[in-house]
Amino acid sequence: MTTTTPSRSTGIGRVLIAVYALLALAATGRSVFQLLDDFDKAPVAYSLSALAAVVYIVATVALIAPGAAWYRVAWITISFELLGVLVVGLLSIFDPILFPAKTVWSGFGAGYAFVPLVLPILGMLWLHHRRPRPAAFPAGA
Amino acid sequence: MIEWFTWAQIVVALVAGLLALALGLLGKRPADITMGATALVEVLLLAQIVVSLLAPAFGNTATGSLLEFWVYLVTAALIPPLAIVWGLVDRSRWSTAVLGVASLAVAVMLYRMYQIWFVQVA
Repeated sequence: MTTTTPSRSTGIGRVLIAVYALLALAATGRSVFQLLDDFDKAPVAYSLSALAAVVYIVATVALIAPGAAWYRVAWITISFELLGVLVVGLLSIFDPILFPAKTVWSGFGAGYAFVPLVLPILGMLWLHHRRPRPAAFPAGA
Repeated sequence: MIEWFTWAQIVVALVAGLLALALGLLGKRPADITMGATALVEVLLLAQIVVSLLAPAFGNTATGSLLEFWVYLVTAALIPPLAIVWGLVDRSRWSTAVLGVASLAVAVMLYRMYQIWFVQVA
């Protein structure tokens, strides 16, 4: 069955993309600084920061780029982010020794006004709203 | 960093951000007032770059990591131009909201820079 994937860069989705781009920029800037400054202090936390930054960049691109393949990439990266913020959020509370330094996901994203916790949920709602539909019933894309 | 200038800059970025976000949610397209406010936020950031380059020569030095401070300042200075370009390309009301989000993000980053410069404990 042919399906159409509606554009994800439309309406309020554009604000979502802008916030994703900002978070990607913030996470990248911070992790570049952390890797340059003192990587040895908290290698696990800093490596994770860098990984998170890359995933935010890919998620931003996946939200902008059209087509079904990027739609899947968007789901994978956004799910990864939600998992990351939940797992690291819990670990940073119960095992502060593993996370002595702040990452974008520490304390459920408290250092970023909990944006990293809320954003993947909004992203999933948006992806569901713009999900691929049968071509016979095109959603006004 | 000059304390009063930084606070004034944070207030301008907050007002510009809330104004654009409110107008965007009310359905206004990007206009002179919202684009101009975002441009003002950028001009103040460029002034902050000059101030922060010169300040150490006058004995006004950062208490925290200078590298971290500059990563924040340079990143912040990239945001308003990107938002303005976005507003010129995409003339929908959501661009006005994007301008607001950009200025609010700059305000938060300025507050972080303020902390790094003046009240770093580590």
